[in-house]
Parts: sequence; structure tokens; C-alpha cells
Amino acid sequence: MYKILLKQELAPNVKLFKMQAPLIAKKAQPGQFVILRIDEDGERVPLTIADFDREEGSITLIFQEVGASTKLLGTLNEGDSLLDLVGPLGKPTHIENFGTVVCVGGGIGIAPVYPIARGMKAAGNEVISIIGARNKEILIYEEEMTAVSDTLHIATDDGSKGIKGFVTDPLKQMIAEGKKIDLVVAIGPVIMMRNVAEVTRPYQIPTVVSLNPIMVDGTGMCGGCRVSVGEENKFACVDGPEFDAHKVDFAGLVARQRMYIPKEKQYAEHCASTREGGCKCHSH
Amino acid sequence: MSLSLKKNAMPEQDPKVRARNFDEVALGYEAELAQAEASRCLNCKAAPCRKGCPVDVDIPAFIKHIKEGDMEAAIANIKEVNGLPAICGRVCPQEDQCEKFCVLTKRGEAVGIGRLERYAADYARQQGESAATAAAAAVGQKVAVIGSGPAGLSAAGELAKKGYAVTIFEALHLPGGVLMYGIPEFRLPKEIVQAEIDGLRQMGVTIEVNAVIGRTFTVDELIEEEGFDAVFIGTGAGLPHFMHIPGENFNGVYSANEFLTRCNLMKAYRFPDTGTPIHVGKKVAVVGGGNVAMDAARTALRLGAEEVHIVYRRSETELPARLEEIHHAKEEGIIFTLLTAPVEVQGNQEGWVTGLKCIRMELGEPDASGRRRPVEIPGSEFVLPTDTVIIAIGQGPNPLVQSTTKGLETNKKGNIVADPETGATSKPGVFAGGDIVTGAATVILAMGAGKKAAAAIDAYLSGKRAGQA
Ligand SMILES: Cc1cc2nc3c(=O)[nH]c(=O)nc-3n(C[C@H](O)[C@H](O)[C@H](O)COP(=O)(O)OP(=O)(O)OC[C@H]3O[C@@H](n4cnc5c(N)ncnc54)[C@H](O)[C@@H]3O)c2cc1C
Ligand SMILES: Cc1cc2nc3c(=O)[nH]c(=O)nc-3n(C[C@H](O)[C@H](O)[C@H](O)COP(=O)(O)OP(=O)(O)OC[C@H]3O[C@@H](n4cnc5c(N)ncnc54)[C@H](O)[C@@H]3O)c2cc1C
Ligand code: SF4
Ligand code: SF4
Ligand code: FES
Repeated sequence: MYKILLKQELAPNVKLFKMQAPLIAKKAQPGQFVILRIDEDGERVPLTIADFDREEGSITLIFQEVGASTKLLGTLNEGDSLLDLVGPLGKPTHIENFGTVVCVGGGIGIAPVYPIARGMKAAGNEVISIIGARNKEILIYEEEMTAVSDTLHIATDDGSKGIKGFVTDPLKQMIAEGKKIDLVVAIGPVIMMRNVAEVTRPYQIPTVVSLNPIMVDGTGMCGGCRVSVGEENKFACVDGPEFDAHKVDFAGLVARQRMYIPKEKQYAEHCASTREGGCKCHSH
Repeated sequence: MSLSLKKNAMPEQDPKVRARNFDEVALGYEAELAQAEASRCLNCKAAPCRKGCPVDVDIPAFIKHIKEGDMEAAIANIKEVNGLPAICGRVCPQEDQCEKFCVLTKRGEAVGIGRLERYAADYARQQGESAATAAAAAVGQKVAVIGSGPAGLSAAGELAKKGYAVTIFEALHLPGGVLMYGIPEFRLPKEIVQAEIDGLRQMGVTIEVNAVIGRTFTVDELIEEEGFDAVFIGTGAGLPHFMHIPGENFNGVYSANEFLTRCNLMKAYRFPDTGTPIHVGKKVAVVGGGNVAMDAARTALRLGAEEVHIVYRRSETELPARLEEIHHAKEEGIIFTLLTAPVEVQGNQEGWVTGLKCIRMELGEPDASGRRRPVEIPGSEFVLPTDTVIIAIGQGPNPLVQSTTKGLETNKKGNIVADPETGATSKPGVFAGGDIVTGAATVILAMGAGKKAAAAIDAYLSGKRAGQA
């Protein structure tokens, strides 16, 4: 039912799926996500909607193979189907003409930033984008981001593309130069989002980040995705995933994201061993 | 006739064995026991038991059929008003409902009405009776049912019987609501719920899983764009409450919903054959005293916990759970730490829970609910060492549908306001029932509400048909 229309490898361990999902495509807005299940014994995996095509009835997902489920997902091919796909979940990004918006994307986070940058551009904003990755091999969506940004900065850890440094560097420089920034949207690894928040905090530049705590249902039913935002507990799947970066308890988020690391390893090893001798836990 | 003052005991798995497996605890009466239990019923003319049943099952009549061995008549009789007897027989709080009013309670124990209802339903299922009933000729109108818990399932069934084209929209990947993701297998085998759902499909009901109303569609779109003539909302009380005490976000602290969903819906008890992990630890504290708390505690035990506490702020008499669940939990070795309220969750550097700081309580004057109010005993704080805390202090309404539907009135708590007799809401053509209206209640009340709303929807749509003719 939820067919993979197109599969691309964007970078090592980073894959793009274009999924047939007309109902989701019809409703999707920048900032929202889906939850998928590969097969009957699979877990519910949340992924951001990186793009959508209402006419074709498709959505684009971009994922990094980090553990057993995303690795298994990466073995699927065009024409294969997912067992479950639900969405669009979460609140859409608040898009309007703010003036100047800086869109910061780090690593796999560039994918979800893209529809937001595009939306901000379409709303009449000056869009300045900063994208970064460890090196140029794993930098994704450069062309797409160029197309929707007035200015694009690139930063890599090793300097293999753009400036050598972090995405926060061009941001700091802009602020130092007195550039008037009305909003910063940052998506990427938690450490990056936290650093962006620290850069903009002293200047009180409104800053929005998209959080990815561990989720189960994605409908507000389990509370597993709760994060502390301004002393209040919020459910990221329904109250977010975007929140005011200056209020987020990033340390708490990181701790909760690490909750199952030993179990995730155990599952990965179990899958690897059962799949060698003919996989028992997954039908693919 | 010499009547036994006691109910015929329910055959059960041995507590020591069952505390480590997920198979059903209560095994059900065999024919002989059922006969014996049915024979205890005096077939009272006034049938006081009936007034305790929210859907008015004709209790003496169906029990008489069992006594006479006419199982077909027994099940037909129950099914006239109760579409889910195998479920209600297992999970109704009978001691507060039908059995509470049984005349036998004056001298001894009530007739095991729930057990007999379960017996009749299981018998019918084993005979291969399909849950499907022939549907009337199609009337040509479409009804959308949101949520597939007992309220939605019973509304859908009733409407399909009357010839409406019914589509159920369910947010999760599996229909059944709390019956699937909340109540554990050892109390309500999932094949029973599945049989009911299969029955609905056979009757022509379409079930769209992975459809979150408020996101995938809004209620207004269902009516204006998707051509539904009426909508029933049965979205339940799925929003978990937390305690708002320090430390609730430490790893190892779960809402009961999350803990039970991981286990029941995502089958974490089979991890790593399934992909969803669950953390149990050695010492578990479950906060709360209702069915949800009992289910979480007994699930933790079955997942391998060594010591499981129920931490409840009132005393044993106030425990809201079904008596049978309390009894079973005790037999299995759950420790009841009563008159105790948590004040803080303690944790370590790595962000994991290490203990639950509690304070002892005593009972004071009755409060608004009529129960004696628990009052803190100053200076009685102590720490219960634990590596898992499960919070089961209640659930509220999920706001997703209400916040995305124009003109749908809600009350202070966020529940949908609906007529208790018809389920009619402030929005024409939109009906609601079950926990989303009443707040967290019972399976039978949700089922009854779905049924009443179906009747009202039928009346509303017949009127519309007549108007068009
Ligand atoms: C709203 C949201 C949007 C996301 N969007 C994207 C995206 O567009 N592209 C992308 O590559 N990744 C995205 N993620 C992260 C992605 O869901 C996880 O990488 C994936 O679930 C890991 O599963 P695994 O079995 O492969 O790895 P595992 O080995 O199981 O886990 C690796 C790490 O991923 C995280 N994780 C594990 N399970 C879950 C879960 N159920 N929910 C959330 N995080 C989990 C944990 O931090 C864990 O330590 C998103 C997460 C959320 C919550
Ligand atoms: C652990 C537990 C144990 C219990 N034990 C008992 C017991 O022993 N006896 C008893 O009588 N009662 C018990 N209850 C209470 C009983 O289960 C509920 O009162 C009953 O299930 C309510 O039925 P419902 O149809 O209103 O809602 P639910 O059963 O909650 O079903 C609602 C459904 O709607 C879906 N939904 C929600 N929002 C949306 C949306 N926006 N779009 C689409 N779908 C949506 C949900 O996913 C869910 O499947 C228990 C409850 C729990 C949680
Ligand atoms: S439906 Fe519940 S309350 Fe009614 S007779 Fe059956 S067990 Fe008793
Ligand atoms: S009150 Fe008790 S004895 Fe009398 S009809 Fe009802 S179940 Fe039978
Ligand atoms: S994922 Fe369950 S409430 Fe957010």
C-alpha cells in the first residue's frame, strides 16, 4: 500500500525514499513528520517529511542508517512497500513574512530544513541558509538549498567544502556584522541546536528548533516523547516537534534519547545474527 | 434446593506460574461448572441484577438458557443488547454493576454473572459462530467512526447492521483501542478482540488504520469533502496524566500508557524478536490504584521484575480497580504500599531513576468524591528504592479532534459535550460517546454509548432520507 516510488543514495548511509502516500501528501506542511513500520515485528520509526508533491501524491523521506530499523529500511528497494505509514504528524512550522530568516541545517537535519526554507522564501522572507556536515561526502541537499535561499553558507568540520568549522560560525559572524535577523530555524544534532540557541540567546533572536525524542505512537497517547520546555513538560509529537530553542532543556533531551542504547545494540546484534541464518524476525 | 453461598471458583493458572507468562489467568468455566453456577440463580422476577448493568442484559433469561443447556438462545439473548460479551464478561467491574445488586449478596456471594456471560460468549466463539450479523439492505448513506475502541466498534456494528456504509478511522496501526493497546493479553486475549474486529469487517465495515483525524483528515473534511453523512467520535481518554513532581523525566519513568503500549501493541515482551524495547529493571513502583495500575504492575512482573509495588495514596477499600484484579495481583506477589503518595522521583548522574521519595498518608474527612481524603503525615517521608516508576494516575481527553473541529463544544476538562441519551454534540451530524465524553470510565459504558449514538444517528439519517424523498 505504501509503495517506495524512488530510492536514492544521497551520501554513505543516507538514503532518500519517495513514498506513494496521497493522503499524507495532500496535507503535509513543512515541519511535520510521519511514523512508519517496515513489517509486523518492526518498531514505529518517526521521520520528517523532507518534501511533498501533492499532485503526484508522494512524500520524500530522508534517513540516516543509524541502527537496526533504519538499516533494514535501507535494504528496501523501489517497488517495495512499507507495512504502515501514518501522518502528517506534529504541528507545522509557523511560516509568515518575518523579514530575514536564517535556516540552519546540520547533517541529516538539512533535509527537514529544506521545506521550511522553501516555505519561508515563498512567504517573502529573505532566506539565509547555513548548512553543514562533517565533510563534503556526507553533505546533502546543497543544490536544493541553493535554489530556495538568497544566500547559502556551507561549513564542514574538515573544510572539504565551504568554511572549515561549524554552522554556528557564519551565524556568529552575521550577528557580529550587525545583520538584522528576525528568526533562526535550526535542525540537526542536538548539540548543534543547543549551540545555535546559545549563539542567539544573548541577542534575543527568536530561535526555533525541531526536537526528536524517542517516540512510540506519535499521537499524544504515551507521553514517551515528553521534553521539558520552559519548566513545562511538552509532548513533542503533538505540541511540537518545533519549540522555542531558548526554553528547551537540551541536556534532558539527550539523556532521554540515550535510554535504550544497550537494547538497541542488542536488537542490532540479534537481527544481524538471525538474518545470516535466514532472518526469523523480519520477513524481508 | 440447597444453595451454595459461594460462587463456583474460576479455574485459574497457578499464581507462581502465571506471574511469569502472558497467557490468560482465568481459564473459564467448563460446562459442568457453568451449569452449577447457573443453577445458583433464583431467576428473580424483579431481577435487581439488571439495574446494575449499564446496557440492561436480561440476566435471568440468559442464565436460564445456560441452565437448560440452550447455549444458542443464551448468546442470542445477551447479544441483543451487548455486542461484546466475551469482553464484558472478562473486564466489567461486576462487583460494582450487575453482581452488586444480585439478591444472593444478602446471604453470600452473587451469581457469577460475568463468568457466565463469558462462558456463553466463549462457547459461541468456539462453535465457530462468526461475530457477523447479516446487514440490512444498503441505505446509501455513509457514516465515519473515529476511533476503534469499544465505543467506536459498537457504533460501527450497530450502524452496519442497519445498512449504513461505515468507515472506522483509527490512528494506530491496529484497531481495538484500549482493548488492544492497554488491557494485557493475560486478562483479555487479543484473539477475542480480533474476532470482534474480523466480524465487523465481514459485515462490510471498512477500517482505515494509520488515519489520525485532525491530521490526515479533519471532521469537517470528512463531512464536506469525503461525503460522510454523519460522524461518530469515540477517541477515548488517551492522554496520560503525570504527577508534576520533580524528576518525572528521568529514564525509567513511564506513563502506564507507554509501558502497556510498548508491551501490548508493540509486543516488547518478545524483544529482541520484535524491534520495540522496554525497560523493566528489578524493582518497580507503580503509582495509582485502578485497573491501569494493576495491569502495569502485573505486566512488569511478567517481564521479569523481582519486586513490584503498587503505591496508592488511599487505603485498600478505596482501590478503584476490579476486585478480581486486586486479588490476582496479590496472589502473584505484587506488594501493596498503601496510604503512600510520591513526592519526588530521584535519579542519578546518567539520568536514570534510582528511587521514589514518598510520604505516608492518613485518611481524613470525606472529599467531593465521597471518599475520605488522604492527608500527609508530616515528617513521614521515606525513599522507595526503584529502577522503574510507572505512573498510572489517570488519563484525560486527547485534544486533537476537538481543537481541529469547528463548532464542537467541550467542557472544562476538554471532554466533548454530548447528550447522554443520543450522543448528539453541538455540531449537527456529529455524535460522540465513550471515554472522550465521560472521561476514563469502563468498556461497557463506552459500548453502551456507541450503541445509543448509533440509534440516534440512524434516526437523524432516516430523517435526512425522508427529507430528500
Ligand atoms: C519527529 C522526528 C523526526 C525525525 N526525522 C528524521 C529524519 O528525517 N531522518 C532521520 O534519519 N532520522 C529522523 N529521526 C530519527 C529517527 O527516528 C531515528 O534515527 C530512528 O528511529 C532510529 O532507529 P534505528 O532502529 O535505526 O536505530 P536505533 O539503534 O534503535 O536508535 C538510534 C538512536 O535513534 C533514536 N531513536 C531510536 N528509536 C527511536 C524512536 N522510536 N523515535 C525516535 N528516535 C528514536 C535514539 O536516540 C537512539 O539512540 C526523527 C525522529 C523524530 C522523533
Ligand atoms: C490499562 C487499562 C485497563 C482497563 N481495564 C478496564 C477493565 O478492566 N474494565 C473496564 O470496564 N474498563 C477498563 N478500562 C477502561 C476502558 O478500557 C475504557 O473505558 C474504554 O476502552 C473506553 O472506550 P472508548 O471506545 O471510549 O475509547 P478507547 O478504548 O480509548 O479507544 C479510542 C480509540 O480512538 C483512537 N483515536 C484517538 N484519537 C484519534 C484520532 N484523532 N483519530 C483516529 N483515532 C483516534 C485511539 O487510538 C483508540 O484506538 C481500562 C483502561 C486501561 C487503559
Ligand atoms: S455487560 Fe457487564 S454489567 Fe452487564 S451483565 Fe454483563 S458483566 Fe454484568
Ligand atoms: S438477582 Fe441474582 S439470583 Fe436474582 S436473577 Fe439476578 S442473578 Fe439471578
Ligand atoms: S510519542 Fe507518544 S505521546 Fe508523543
